[in-house]
Amino acid sequence: MADHSHTTDRPSPAVRAEALESLLTERGLVKSEVLDGFINRFVNDVGPMNGAKVVAKAWVDDDYRAQLLTDGTGAIKELGFAGPQGEHIVVVENSDDVHNVVVCTLCSCYPWPVLGLPPEWYKDPAYRSRMVREPRTLLSEMGLDLDDSVEVQVWDSSAENRYLVLPQRPEGTEDLSEDELAALVTRDAMVGVAKVSAG
Amino acid sequence: MALTLDIEGPAAPPRLNGELVFDAPWEGRSFAMAMALVEGGHFTWDDFRDHLIAAVQRWESDPVGEYRYYERWQEALESIVEERAIVSEPEVDALAAAYAARPPGHDHGDHDHGDDHHHHDH
Repeated sequence: MADHSHTTDRPSPAVRAEALESLLTERGLVKSEVLDGFINRFVNDVGPMNGAKVVAKAWVDDDYRAQLLTDGTGAIKELGFAGPQGEHIVVVENSDDVHNVVVCTLCSCYPWPVLGLPPEWYKDPAYRSRMVREPRTLLSEMGLDLDDSVEVQVWDSSAENRYLVLPQRPEGTEDLSEDELAALVTRDAMVGVAKVSAG
Repeated sequence: MALTLDIEGPAAPPRLNGELVFDAPWEGRSFAMAMALVEGGHFTWDDFRDHLIAAVQRWESDPVGEYRYYERWQEALESIVEERAIVSEPEVDALAAAYAARPPGHDHGDHDHGDDHHHHDH
């Protein structure tokens, strides 16, 4: 493999992607409209709202919550959310004593079917290395200050497992419906870099 | 932001809960090519992931410029199609060089193109 990073006269990735698409199209391996479909699906249809529905259901339904924590993939599939990078989703539950946060140190594995595609910061080398080395400091920089008594568990995604954090249900939400609860749940909370607030 | 998106309807929820996932249209194309080739059975996600990890590590072992995730993705895609003898690197190099030599202001929609353009009929 050539060393890509140092060749200044190398065409931009945009042009290389266009060239590759042409070549793959000529060979009948991709179709422009199929690519459009994937992009449309992942930009518009799949997103953190799927995960938010999973979390809200777990908050209101103890049986579902138990199932979710034992068999994340199965319980998530039950709500109709499946697809690439969703084959092995492990759900980890926050409590008063434990706060979970997710990272992928090697690349940027992420539970696509429930959270969509990862945000910029999740893919950033600094996030990927620092979340393992100094999670408390990094979480604090990201706006989440945790009490010293709270244990921080960092989950490194792998080919085997993608992780989804089940955040704590905020106080004062006892009267909210499942849909109203889902609207409170943010992507950042399900990655574990934020808490859910009552709005 | 160059991606064309619906302002209303299903476009809304993910954006309310996060930023757009692609910074430029080519990033989406590169992403979708990998999806399509996996779906077509040309390689698995785990195989692609290995190439992505390798591409990320190549950059991290000698960082140059700003880290751009989908640049690493594109590099991984090129390396896996090369490895699987689907499209060779010289082919991509040659066509990319030809595209890069197009006059400034080149736009897909405003005039005729030669046979090398990927939207032409087959």
